[in-house]
Amino acid sequence: MSSTPVTRRQIIATGGAALVASTAPLIVPAQAAGLAPTPTMRGGANNYRPGAPIVERIGGGGFLMTGTVRRAGDGAPLANQRIQIWAHTTEGYESDPQSHGATLTDANGRFEMDMPQIVPAFGQAHGHLASENDGFKTVFLRPVMASPRLTTLHANFILEPV
Amino acid sequence: MIETRKWLPWLALFLAMAVPVIAAAFSPYLAWRRPVYIIAGFAGIAGFTLMLAQPLLANGMMPGLTRFKSRQVHTWLGGLIVAGVIIHVIGLYITSAPDVVDALLFSSPTPFAPWGVGAMVAIFAAAGLLMLRNRIRPRHWRLAHTLLVTAAVIGTIVHVLLIEGTMEFFTKWLLSAAVLIALAIAVFQLQRRVRR
Repeated sequence: MSSTPVTRRQIIATGGAALVASTAPLIVPAQAAGLAPTPTMRGGANNYRPGAPIVERIGGGGFLMTGTVRRAGDGAPLANQRIQIWAHTTEGYESDPQSHGATLTDANGRFEMDMPQIVPAFGQAHGHLASENDGFKTVFLRPVMASPRLTTLHANFILEPV
Repeated sequence: MIETRKWLPWLALFLAMAVPVIAAAFSPYLAWRRPVYIIAGFAGIAGFTLMLAQPLLANGMMPGLTRFKSRQVHTWLGGLIVAGVIIHVIGLYITSAPDVVDALLFSSPTPFAPWGVGAMVAIFAAAGLLMLRNRIRPRHWRLAHTLLVTAAVIGTIVHVLLIEGTMEFFTKWLLSAAVLIALAIAVFQLQRRVRR
Protein backbone atom coordinates (compact mmCIF):
# COMPACT_ATOMS: atom_id res chain seq x y z
CA MET A 1 0.00 0.00 0.00
CA SER A 2 1.44 3.25 -1.06
CA SER A 3 1.71 5.85 1.59
CA THR A 4 -0.65 8.79 1.18
CA PRO A 5 1.20 12.02 1.52
CA VAL A 6 -0.18 14.05 4.43
CA THR A 7 -0.42 17.70 3.62
CA ARG A 8 0.26 20.50 6.02
CA ARG A 9 -3.35 21.60 5.61
CA GLN A 10 -4.58 18.18 6.75
CA ILE A 11 -2.38 18.23 9.83
CA ILE A 12 -3.65 21.64 10.82
CA ALA A 13 -7.25 20.62 10.18
CA THR A 14 -7.08 17.38 12.19
CA GLY A 15 -5.02 18.99 14.92
CA GLY A 16 -7.46 21.87 15.15
CA ALA A 17 -10.42 19.52 15.28
CA ALA A 18 -8.75 17.45 17.97
CA LEU A 19 -8.03 20.57 19.99
CA VAL A 20 -11.62 21.73 19.77
CA ALA A 21 -12.89 18.26 20.62
CA SER A 22 -10.62 17.95 23.66
CA THR A 23 -11.35 21.36 25.15
CA ALA A 24 -15.01 21.60 24.30
CA PRO A 25 -16.20 19.13 26.94
CA LEU A 26 -14.18 21.06 29.52
CA ILE A 27 -15.60 24.42 28.61
CA VAL A 28 -19.25 23.46 28.30
CA PRO A 29 -19.88 22.21 31.87
CA ALA A 30 -17.82 25.09 33.21
CA GLN A 31 -20.17 27.51 31.48
CA ALA A 32 -23.20 25.56 32.58
CA ALA A 33 -22.19 25.49 36.26
CA GLY A 34 -20.59 28.94 36.17
CA LEU A 35 -19.62 30.63 39.40
CA ALA A 36 -20.49 28.42 42.36
CA PRO A 37 -22.56 30.02 45.15
CA THR A 38 -20.84 30.93 48.43
CA PRO A 39 -21.85 28.45 51.13
CA THR A 40 -22.86 29.67 54.59
CA MET A 41 -19.91 29.43 56.97
CA ARG A 42 -20.05 27.52 60.25
CA GLY A 43 -21.19 29.79 63.04
CA GLY A 44 -21.91 32.55 60.51
CA ALA A 45 -25.48 33.10 61.73
CA ASN A 46 -24.55 33.33 65.44
CA ASN A 47 -26.09 36.41 67.09
CA TYR A 48 -27.82 37.42 63.84
CA ARG A 49 -30.68 39.92 64.25
CA PRO A 50 -33.21 39.55 61.43
CA GLY A 51 -34.14 42.88 59.87
CA ALA A 52 -31.42 45.04 61.46
CA PRO A 53 -31.88 48.61 60.16
CA ILE A 54 -29.94 50.12 57.28
CA VAL A 55 -27.45 52.57 58.78
CA GLU A 56 -24.93 55.13 57.54
CA ARG A 57 -22.31 53.62 59.84
CA ILE A 58 -22.25 51.39 62.91
CA GLY A 59 -21.41 53.40 66.03
CA GLY A 60 -18.45 55.74 65.76
CA GLY A 61 -16.77 53.91 62.88
CA GLY A 62 -13.02 53.65 62.26
CA PHE A 63 -12.96 50.10 60.86
CA LEU A 64 -13.95 49.34 57.27
CA MET A 65 -15.86 46.24 56.21
CA THR A 66 -15.95 45.86 52.42
CA GLY A 67 -17.25 43.26 50.00
CA THR A 68 -18.98 42.35 46.77
CA VAL A 69 -22.21 40.59 45.88
CA ARG A 70 -22.53 38.67 42.61
CA ARG A 71 -24.97 36.21 41.10
CA ALA A 72 -24.02 32.54 40.93
CA GLY A 73 -23.54 31.23 37.42
CA ASP A 74 -22.77 34.30 35.31
CA GLY A 75 -21.12 36.31 38.10
CA ALA A 76 -23.16 39.43 37.37
CA PRO A 77 -22.79 42.10 40.09
CA LEU A 78 -26.00 42.53 42.07
CA ALA A 79 -27.14 46.03 43.01
CA ASN A 80 -29.36 46.98 45.98
CA GLN A 81 -28.66 43.81 47.90
CA ARG A 82 -29.13 44.10 51.65
CA ILE A 83 -26.10 43.01 53.68
CA GLN A 84 -26.24 42.91 57.49
CA ILE A 85 -22.94 43.29 59.33
CA TRP A 86 -22.13 42.67 63.02
CA ALA A 87 -19.15 41.82 65.22
CA HIS A 88 -17.70 42.09 68.70
CA THR A 89 -16.17 45.57 68.57
CA THR A 90 -14.79 48.22 70.88
CA GLU A 91 -18.39 49.45 71.21
CA GLY A 92 -20.26 46.26 71.98
CA TYR A 93 -20.90 42.54 71.85
CA GLU A 94 -22.17 40.64 68.82
CA SER A 95 -25.51 40.22 70.53
CA ASP A 96 -25.94 43.97 71.24
CA PRO A 97 -28.42 45.67 68.88
CA GLN A 98 -26.06 48.65 68.38
CA SER A 99 -23.39 46.28 67.02
CA HIS A 100 -25.62 45.48 64.04
CA GLY A 101 -26.25 47.46 60.87
CA ALA A 102 -27.24 46.81 57.28
CA THR A 103 -26.23 48.42 54.00
CA LEU A 104 -27.11 48.08 50.30
CA THR A 105 -24.79 47.23 47.42
CA ASP A 106 -24.12 49.85 44.74
CA ALA A 107 -24.55 49.39 40.96
CA ASN A 108 -21.27 47.42 40.83
CA GLY A 109 -22.40 45.01 43.54
CA ARG A 110 -20.03 46.57 46.08
CA PHE A 111 -20.79 47.43 49.68
CA GLU A 112 -18.86 48.95 52.55
CA MET A 113 -19.60 49.73 56.16
CA ASP A 114 -17.78 52.02 58.54
CA MET A 115 -17.94 50.35 61.94
CA PRO A 116 -16.04 50.25 65.27
CA GLN A 117 -12.78 48.30 65.51
CA ILE A 118 -13.30 44.54 65.69
CA VAL A 119 -11.62 42.97 68.73
CA PRO A 120 -10.92 39.25 69.27
CA ALA A 121 -13.94 37.46 70.73
CA PHE A 122 -14.27 33.77 71.41
CA GLY A 123 -10.66 33.29 70.43
CA GLN A 124 -10.64 34.93 67.01
CA ALA A 125 -10.97 38.46 65.65
CA HIS A 126 -13.83 37.94 63.23
CA GLY A 127 -16.83 39.60 61.65
CA HIS A 128 -20.28 38.39 60.64
CA LEU A 129 -22.17 39.21 57.44
CA ALA A 130 -25.58 38.11 56.25
CA SER A 131 -27.08 38.49 52.80
CA GLU A 132 -30.83 38.69 53.41
CA ASN A 133 -32.49 39.23 50.01
CA ASP A 134 -35.66 38.11 48.24
CA GLY A 135 -34.96 35.95 45.23
CA PHE A 136 -31.71 34.61 46.62
CA LYS A 137 -30.76 32.05 49.22
CA THR A 138 -29.73 33.67 52.52
CA VAL A 139 -26.00 33.32 53.17
CA PHE A 140 -24.09 33.91 56.44
CA LEU A 141 -20.34 34.58 56.39
CA ARG A 142 -17.87 34.67 59.28
CA PRO A 143 -14.52 35.96 57.94
CA VAL A 144 -11.55 35.81 60.32
CA MET A 145 -8.98 38.61 60.45
CA ALA A 146 -5.37 37.59 59.75
CA SER A 147 -4.37 39.85 62.67
CA PRO A 148 -6.47 41.68 65.27
CA ARG A 149 -4.45 44.84 64.46
CA LEU A 150 -5.98 45.14 60.97
CA THR A 151 -8.54 47.86 60.40
CA THR A 152 -10.31 46.36 57.38
CA LEU A 153 -12.03 43.10 56.53
CA HIS A 154 -13.35 41.91 53.18
CA ALA A 155 -16.03 39.38 52.29
CA ASN A 156 -17.55 38.29 48.98
CA PHE A 157 -20.99 36.83 48.36
CA ILE A 158 -22.00 34.77 45.34
CA LEU A 159 -25.73 34.29 45.69
CA GLU A 160 -27.81 31.41 44.45
CA PRO A 161 -31.17 32.46 42.91
CA VAL A 162 -34.20 30.68 44.37
CA MET B 1 20.23 26.39 102.99
CA ILE B 2 17.69 23.76 103.93
CA GLU B 3 15.14 26.55 104.37
CA THR B 4 15.94 27.92 100.91
CA ARG B 5 15.57 24.47 99.40
CA LYS B 6 12.15 24.24 100.93
CA TRP B 7 10.66 27.50 99.77
CA LEU B 8 12.41 27.94 96.45
CA PRO B 9 10.35 25.28 94.57
CA TRP B 10 7.16 26.78 96.01
CA LEU B 11 8.20 30.27 94.93
CA ALA B 12 9.08 28.97 91.46
CA LEU B 13 5.72 27.20 91.18
CA PHE B 14 3.85 30.26 92.40
CA LEU B 15 5.61 32.54 89.91
CA ALA B 16 5.14 30.08 87.04
CA MET B 17 1.41 30.06 87.79
CA ALA B 18 0.96 33.73 88.65
CA VAL B 19 2.92 35.42 85.84
CA PRO B 20 0.68 34.16 82.99
CA VAL B 21 -2.42 35.27 84.93
CA ILE B 22 -0.94 38.72 85.64
CA ALA B 23 0.13 39.08 81.99
CA ALA B 24 -3.40 38.19 80.86
CA ALA B 25 -4.81 40.73 83.32
CA PHE B 26 -2.95 43.48 81.44
CA SER B 27 -4.53 42.55 78.09
CA PRO B 28 -5.92 45.64 76.33
CA TYR B 29 -8.87 43.56 75.11
CA LEU B 30 -10.28 43.38 78.65
CA ALA B 31 -11.48 46.96 78.18
CA TRP B 32 -13.98 45.73 75.59
CA ARG B 33 -15.26 42.81 77.64
CA ARG B 34 -17.92 42.61 80.30
CA PRO B 35 -17.31 40.96 83.70
CA VAL B 36 -18.98 37.63 82.86
CA TYR B 37 -16.79 37.16 79.79
CA ILE B 38 -13.66 38.19 81.71
CA ILE B 39 -14.47 35.79 84.57
CA ALA B 40 -15.04 32.99 82.04
CA GLY B 41 -11.64 33.63 80.48
CA PHE B 42 -9.79 33.78 83.77
CA ALA B 43 -11.54 30.66 85.09
CA GLY B 44 -10.07 28.88 82.07
CA ILE B 45 -6.62 30.38 82.62
CA ALA B 46 -6.73 29.44 86.33
CA GLY B 47 -7.65 25.86 85.50
CA PHE B 48 -4.76 25.69 83.05
CA THR B 49 -2.22 27.10 85.55
CA LEU B 50 -3.39 24.57 88.18
CA MET B 51 -2.45 21.83 85.71
CA LEU B 52 1.18 22.74 86.42
CA ALA B 53 0.85 21.99 90.14
CA GLN B 54 -1.09 18.75 89.70
CA PRO B 55 1.64 16.35 88.48
CA LEU B 56 4.13 17.80 90.99
CA LEU B 57 1.71 17.18 93.87
CA ALA B 58 0.61 13.76 92.60
CA ASN B 59 4.24 12.72 92.61
CA GLY B 60 5.04 14.32 95.98
CA MET B 61 7.69 16.52 94.41
CA MET B 62 6.89 19.67 96.39
CA PRO B 63 8.93 20.00 99.61
CA GLY B 64 7.36 20.27 103.05
CA LEU B 65 4.37 18.05 102.32
CA THR B 66 4.02 14.42 103.26
CA ARG B 67 3.06 12.16 100.37
CA PHE B 68 -0.43 11.82 101.86
CA LYS B 69 -0.87 15.57 102.32
CA SER B 70 0.48 16.16 98.84
CA ARG B 71 -2.13 13.82 97.35
CA GLN B 72 -4.83 15.52 99.40
CA VAL B 73 -3.90 18.94 98.00
CA HIS B 74 -3.81 17.31 94.54
CA THR B 75 -7.42 16.20 95.03
CA TRP B 76 -8.56 19.65 96.15
CA LEU B 77 -6.86 21.34 93.23
CA GLY B 78 -8.43 18.77 90.92
CA GLY B 79 -11.80 19.92 92.25
CA LEU B 80 -10.80 23.51 91.56
CA ILE B 81 -9.89 22.64 87.96
CA VAL B 82 -13.32 21.04 87.47
CA ALA B 83 -14.95 24.14 88.98
CA GLY B 84 -12.82 26.34 86.69
CA VAL B 85 -14.00 24.45 83.60
CA ILE B 86 -17.64 24.72 84.68
CA ILE B 87 -17.35 28.48 85.32
CA HIS B 88 -15.50 28.86 81.99
CA VAL B 89 -18.25 27.15 79.99
CA ILE B 90 -21.17 28.80 81.82
CA GLY B 91 -19.54 32.25 81.54
CA LEU B 92 -18.99 31.79 77.81
CA TYR B 93 -22.56 30.52 77.44
CA ILE B 94 -23.92 33.69 79.07
CA THR B 95 -21.66 35.77 76.79
CA SER B 96 -22.64 34.08 73.54
CA ALA B 97 -24.85 31.00 73.77
CA PRO B 98 -24.79 30.02 70.07
CA ASP B 99 -20.98 29.92 70.01
CA VAL B 100 -20.89 27.60 73.04
CA VAL B 101 -23.63 25.36 71.62
CA ASP B 102 -21.60 25.10 68.38
CA ALA B 103 -18.51 24.16 70.39
CA LEU B 104 -20.30 21.51 72.46
CA LEU B 105 -21.81 20.00 69.29
CA PHE B 106 -18.36 19.97 67.62
CA SER B 107 -19.65 22.25 64.85
CA SER B 108 -17.75 25.39 65.82
CA PRO B 109 -15.84 27.25 63.10
CA THR B 110 -12.94 27.80 65.53
CA PRO B 111 -10.25 25.09 65.39
CA PHE B 112 -9.56 25.27 69.13
CA ALA B 113 -13.14 24.57 70.26
CA PRO B 114 -13.11 20.75 69.81
CA TRP B 115 -9.77 20.55 71.68
CA GLY B 116 -11.27 22.48 74.57
CA VAL B 117 -14.40 20.34 74.66
CA GLY B 118 -12.29 17.17 74.45
CA ALA B 119 -10.12 18.41 77.32
CA MET B 120 -13.25 19.21 79.34
CA VAL B 121 -14.55 15.65 78.90
CA ALA B 122 -11.14 14.22 79.86
CA ILE B 123 -10.96 16.48 82.95
CA PHE B 124 -14.43 15.43 84.10
CA ALA B 125 -13.59 11.77 83.49
CA ALA B 126 -10.24 12.02 85.31
CA ALA B 127 -11.98 13.60 88.30
CA GLY B 128 -14.97 11.26 88.11
CA LEU B 129 -12.60 8.32 88.29
CA LEU B 130 -12.25 9.20 91.97
CA MET B 131 -15.57 7.42 92.55
CA LEU B 132 -13.98 4.19 91.36
CA ARG B 133 -10.92 4.64 93.57
CA ASN B 134 -11.67 1.62 95.76
CA ARG B 135 -13.37 -0.51 93.17
CA ILE B 136 -10.59 -1.09 90.68
CA ARG B 137 -6.97 -2.10 91.14
CA PRO B 138 -4.65 0.79 92.01
CA ARG B 139 -2.47 -0.04 89.03
CA HIS B 140 -5.42 0.15 86.62
CA TRP B 141 -6.79 3.23 88.32
CA ARG B 142 -3.45 5.02 88.00
CA LEU B 143 -3.15 4.03 84.34
CA ALA B 144 -6.66 5.28 83.54
CA HIS B 145 -6.13 8.52 85.48
CA THR B 146 -2.75 9.12 83.79
CA LEU B 147 -4.19 8.55 80.30
CA LEU B 148 -7.14 10.86 80.98
CA VAL B 149 -5.06 13.70 82.44
CA THR B 150 -2.56 13.37 79.58
CA ALA B 151 -5.44 13.77 77.13
CA ALA B 152 -6.71 16.71 79.19
CA VAL B 153 -3.30 18.40 79.20
CA ILE B 154 -2.73 17.96 75.46
CA GLY B 155 -6.26 19.09 74.63
CA THR B 156 -5.96 22.12 76.90
CA ILE B 157 -2.56 23.14 75.50
CA VAL B 158 -3.74 22.98 71.86
CA HIS B 159 -6.91 24.87 72.90
CA VAL B 160 -4.87 27.57 74.63
CA LEU B 161 -2.24 28.01 71.93
CA LEU B 162 -4.81 28.43 69.13
CA ILE B 163 -6.85 31.05 70.99
CA GLU B 164 -6.18 34.69 70.28
CA GLY B 165 -6.94 37.49 72.70
CA THR B 166 -7.07 35.86 76.15
CA MET B 167 -3.54 34.85 77.25
CA GLU B 168 -0.33 36.59 76.21
CA PHE B 169 1.86 34.93 73.60
CA PHE B 170 5.08 34.19 75.53
CA THR B 171 3.51 33.27 78.87
CA LYS B 172 1.11 30.82 77.29
CA TRP B 173 3.87 29.05 75.37
CA LEU B 174 6.14 28.90 78.43
CA LEU B 175 3.35 27.65 80.69
CA SER B 176 2.38 25.05 78.10
CA ALA B 177 5.97 23.78 77.98
CA ALA B 178 6.19 23.75 81.79
CA VAL B 179 2.92 21.79 82.17
CA LEU B 180 4.03 19.22 79.60
CA ILE B 181 7.44 18.78 81.24
CA ALA B 182 5.94 18.48 84.75
CA LEU B 183 3.48 15.85 83.50
CA ALA B 184 6.20 13.91 81.67
CA ILE B 185 8.50 13.87 84.71
CA ALA B 186 5.72 12.80 87.06
CA VAL B 187 4.50 10.01 84.77
CA PHE B 188 8.05 8.76 84.23
CA GLN B 189 8.92 8.77 87.95
CA LEU B 190 5.63 7.20 89.01
CA GLN B 191 6.08 4.43 86.48
CA ARG B 192 9.57 3.72 87.76
CA ARG B 193 8.45 3.61 91.36
CA VAL B 194 5.56 1.31 90.53
CA ARG B 195 7.84 -1.11 88.67
CA ARG B 196 10.33 -1.39 91.51
